[in-house]
Amino acid sequence: MIEVEHLTKDYGSFQAVRDLSFKINKGEIVGFLGPNGAGKTTTMRILTGYMPPTSGTARVAGYDVFLESLKVREHIGYLPETVPLYTDMTVGAYLDFMAKLHHVPNRRERIYDVMERTNIEERVDFLIGKLSKGYRQRVGLAQALLHDPEVLILDEPTIGLDPRQIIDVRELIKSLAQDHTVVLSTHILTEVSQTCQRVLIINQGKLVAEDTPERLTARLKGNERVFLHLANPPQNPEDLTAAVPGALATESRGDGRFEIECALGDDRRPEIAEAVVRKGWGLLELRPISMSLEEIFLQLTTDQSEAYEEDGEMAETAEEEDAVIRNI
Amino acid sequence: MKSLRNIWTITEKELYAYFVSPIAYVVGALFMVIMGVLFTQIVSNTRQASLDILYQNLFVIMLFIAPPLTMRLLAEEQRSGSIELLLTAPIRDGEVVLGKFLAALIFYMLLLAVTLFFPLIIGRLGNPDPGPIASSYLGALLLGGAYLAVGILTSSLSQNQIVAAVLSLTILLILWIIGGMQSVFGNTLGGLFQYIASVNHYVDFTRGIIDTRNVVYFLSIIAIALFLATRVLESRRYR
Repeated sequence: MIEVEHLTKDYGSFQAVRDLSFKINKGEIVGFLGPNGAGKTTTMRILTGYMPPTSGTARVAGYDVFLESLKVREHIGYLPETVPLYTDMTVGAYLDFMAKLHHVPNRRERIYDVMERTNIEERVDFLIGKLSKGYRQRVGLAQALLHDPEVLILDEPTIGLDPRQIIDVRELIKSLAQDHTVVLSTHILTEVSQTCQRVLIINQGKLVAEDTPERLTARLKGNERVFLHLANPPQNPEDLTAAVPGALATESRGDGRFEIECALGDDRRPEIAEAVVRKGWGLLELRPISMSLEEIFLQLTTDQSEAYEEDGEMAETAEEEDAVIRNI
Repeated sequence: MKSLRNIWTITEKELYAYFVSPIAYVVGALFMVIMGVLFTQIVSNTRQASLDILYQNLFVIMLFIAPPLTMRLLAEEQRSGSIELLLTAPIRDGEVVLGKFLAALIFYMLLLAVTLFFPLIIGRLGNPDPGPIASSYLGALLLGGAYLAVGILTSSLSQNQIVAAVLSLTILLILWIIGGMQSVFGNTLGGLFQYIASVNHYVDFTRGIIDTRNVVYFLSIIAIALFLATRVLESRRYR
């Protein structure tokens, strides 16, 4: 459905996209992942025909994005990064305008259908300028769905939404998968693991990894790690390693917090719990640390040395991320 | 056919935008007040059943009416980024430009239509010659079209509405006064300036003369300005 070959985009002397090649099949949901300035938005803009590539080709639904731009645009629904809407129009008038631009048949029905799917019916007569960020985002999404495009290109679709809405939008995107091809960019990594079948990680305009979220996680995961919080911790972390059969190493995180490393596929949580109770260390918390996509992402997008230095911080942000998800 | 529908979609949207924004009302009120005051003064001073002086004044009034009507059209789309959605919809850049021009022109025609009660008034009071009045309206339409097209061009050049408005006012003023350059540059170049000067092509209309050269002049300005605006819009894609 989407074929990109040796795509390059220069802005003056700055190369935003460098020799990018990938293929996306019909019905796939693919996540574009990358730090800010990695070239995600530029790539999407090229795919939508908003700007031409400096070199290389991109084909969407069988049409060249540069040579057959109008054809491509008929088959694409696009949600830009900062949803630009006409603030002095009502939601209904705006969607009607966009539907006309896309030559949507049975406009009225279709608009109500799309508003229902994006949960904005009750705002139909509101001025877009008076809407909250979340509603604007969903109006943008509604606009992208209007003409039932084969390919949906969504630049950070869940930004600015509350957790409930994020889940709704993710469900909506998943439900589109059967007969639509979806490309979405994000830097929320859990979004990728929850919605996408495939991840393309882009850094500095280059493709650095491409796989399913599970396989990426598996591939880069080292050993099994368990997080442990104790009330009366032992002086020496090595005592923990010695007390738990199968533990390979223990790292202290300070304040009674430890990380115990075990071999991959070797779940030693029962043994750890037992050892803690036996030694009277006072168990406060015990949970497995899964290597999040975030850590993988950082490993791939930062230099080895940098990644090593940021290790501690990474774990914390990953924890926060997990916490947010649990709350959702 | 599809092309016409695309153009009309844009036109409709822009007309809607005119009537929900205060600019249209402010500009409309300004236009009507000034035209009304002038009409009253001219008629009571000259005691003639003719509108040529009023429509000669329109040339200057339009310098201040056209820029605010067009400054928003493309500049705001570029500032807010909504141009991105417009240019990724299946519509040609030229259709966007034409649609916006048409909206501005229709709004201007509405303003002109309101002034039609001036001929009605003097028709009741005196016995005006309908010929010059009809040609004045044709002239006003062509002049307005040219001014609005220039405004659209400057609006495509900037993300800032004020810059767009000042730029179009500047271009329109230069087009007005450039004829005087003849005395500085001699006959060849000066003749060219004389030809470019908009006022020379306009005045004949108010006197009841419809000269094809003048019609062609205004139509050329419209065509050139809209063509350039389309090009500017296209060039956004290359940056």
